[in-house]
Amino acid sequence: MTTVEERLLPSAEPVCLIDQNGLPHEHPSYELPTKAALLDGYTELIRGRRFNDQASALVRQGRLAVYPSSHGQEACQVAATMVLKEGDWLFPTYRDSVSIVSRGVDPIETLTLLRGDWHSGYDPYAHKVAPQSTPLATQLPHAVGVAHAARLKGEDTVVMALVGDGGTSEGDFHEALNFAAVFHAPVVFFIQNNEYAISVPLAKQSAAPSLAHKGVGYGVPGERADGNDLAGLLAVLGQAVEKARAGEGPQLVEAHTYRVQAHTNADDATRYRQDDEVTPWLDRDPIQRLTTYLEQQDWLDDDVRRQAEAKAAEVATQLRDGLMPEPEVDPADLFKYLYAEETQQLREQAAFLRDELAREEA
Amino acid sequence: MTHTKISMAQALNQALRDAMHADDTVVMFGEDVGALGGVFRITDGLTAEFGENRCFDTPLAEAGIVGMAVGMAMNGMRPVVEMQFDAFGYPAFEQVVSHVAKMRNRTRGRVQLPMVIRIPYGGGIGGVEHHSDSSESYFAHTPGLTVVTPATVADAYGLLRKAIEFPDPVVFMEPKKLYWAKEEVDLTEDQPGIGTAVVRREGADATLIAYGPALPVALEAAEVAAAEGRQLTVVDLRSVVPFDDETVCAAVRRTGRAVVVAEASGFASVSSEIVARVTEKCFHSLAAPVRRVTAFDIPFPPPKLEKYQLPSVDRILDAVDDLQWEDS
Ligand SMILES: Cc1ncc(C[n+]2csc(CCOP(=O)(O)OP(=O)(O)O)c2C)c(N)n1
Ligand SMILES: [Mg+2]
Repeated sequence: MTTVEERLLPSAEPVCLIDQNGLPHEHPSYELPTKAALLDGYTELIRGRRFNDQASALVRQGRLAVYPSSHGQEACQVAATMVLKEGDWLFPTYRDSVSIVSRGVDPIETLTLLRGDWHSGYDPYAHKVAPQSTPLATQLPHAVGVAHAARLKGEDTVVMALVGDGGTSEGDFHEALNFAAVFHAPVVFFIQNNEYAISVPLAKQSAAPSLAHKGVGYGVPGERADGNDLAGLLAVLGQAVEKARAGEGPQLVEAHTYRVQAHTNADDATRYRQDDEVTPWLDRDPIQRLTTYLEQQDWLDDDVRRQAEAKAAEVATQLRDGLMPEPEVDPADLFKYLYAEETQQLREQAAFLRDELAREEA
Repeated sequence: MTHTKISMAQALNQALRDAMHADDTVVMFGEDVGALGGVFRITDGLTAEFGENRCFDTPLAEAGIVGMAVGMAMNGMRPVVEMQFDAFGYPAFEQVVSHVAKMRNRTRGRVQLPMVIRIPYGGGIGGVEHHSDSSESYFAHTPGLTVVTPATVADAYGLLRKAIEFPDPVVFMEPKKLYWAKEEVDLTEDQPGIGTAVVRREGADATLIAYGPALPVALEAAEVAAAEGRQLTVVDLRSVVPFDDETVCAAVRRTGRAVVVAEASGFASVSSEIVARVTEKCFHSLAAPVRRVTAFDIPFPPPKLEKYQLPSVDRILDAVDDLQWEDS
């Protein structure tokens, strides 16, 4: 018999299977992922990093309205989707573009929101990825709903619901956890704790021993992992997904990572944090440590490197080619998609705009 | 006192600073309002000047922010809270509608809530989804709330000072596209109070009634109309609740024609209320039905499409042209 504490409390330290020097560590509850998984992950990390940096460059060139980069958090981004099966769902936030692309969504469609030609560019059903949510934590009850419906329909779907450290302060986070627990919904709540909510550091956000502890009050098991260790994340998230799928109810995972860049390009991080706080995190980079480990194992041959580089180059080209031309927008779209059946008022307003534009052209 | 050229953001910042100097019970809190000074820098430097107890960051939860402000106001303080953006204030809606608005009434006046909820609102800054809502109508529709919105730099200062001194809760709507607009102002000059509309321009032919982000557009339209030979009065509402029937109706009666200009969607909105009031009170002075230039009844569009949604000079002039001039 396990005690309540054993079942619900997270590990005393974040689970870390490959440390920042690339050294592997044994763990009583988690196994190192397979070579194949780590090599896949390596490729995805390289591609994810390139996606982030290319998108940031395109903001500077005015091709995106804004880009909240997950630079430095790519291990979380990639692990969140690698542990999912095809029938599973992902509920991402504005920061999770890399995760969405890693799930298979078209990169340009992923960036529609941030380019500003529509609010959400991809078909959520195509890859089972909900629209990115900007109002913090509001997507979490939806994730519970999708999971609960799947259960009622007898499907073995698991829902991966992403949220930031700041988002865990919103009421919706707590309601979602409670609902998921009461309804035994197969949701993995995955907190990317990057230590900041814009300018507000974690210490001002929460007095909890860790964010993974927030599950305890709802009867949701919590676990925490080193958010820059892809191996540990794959193991922890993988196990959480398995448990949820096996009917053990919702799981809460906190990844401890760091937002090495500003909140977005519009933010000035020098106003609220010192560079010397950021520097040590650069040494904990998720790509660097995995690369070191793979090299030490002699697993990183030229083929793998070339393939990773090719995929990264491909996504960068996709972004440049796809985002450089001005997107075509149709003002008539403004009135579509509000109701299954267009209202008389909207028809009139659409006609008004059509007429106005026709007169402008004349 | 000399006139200085400052932006609306600086005027709001100065109003907060002066209010905090004038009254120790004034406290400012919300998301990122401390070290960062707010994402629009409205609280810039306040924590440095007044300390963490007077201007502070909270955990990220709008219901918590407004709810805590209610309690602090109940216990003798004058909280000023910031919702980071219009659409991010919605988690606090329950607190605003069920408690902020009702406390005086349900306690038969025994509990007052002298608090201010500052909300940057409206479009025109190319914001992505959820960063451009016009939420004033939700608040204006809720009895018990006072709703004000400055459209000039001087009013930004004057109205915020008055809102903080007000005995009742004030929803203070800041047109974010005007944050960087600069004017020569003398902040010591007294401004009209809450509940008072102001005529910004006199003209005999028709009246434009506008507020917040729509005011500069209305003034520009009046300028163009004048060049084309039509003289327009422009009324700046300033205070949505209480509503200044007197000033608005006097202008409409003088001119006999009116167009309401607002950035929010028109259906069941502040603009529809204005039309209803003007029609009820000034019917016999009207030479034409009151027209409206508002946003369409759609969610605020993405940046690449927002220009179609915002009231424009042309739309205002078209509406003015439609005021049945040929009949008179
Ligand atoms: C309900 C709500 N309130 C405020 C905001 C404004 N806002 C956008 S991101 C952010 C910080 C979020 O921090 P966190 O949850 O840690 O995620 P991160 O950005 O670090 O990934 C804030 C306050 C919002 N989007 N939604
Ligand atoms: Mg964060």
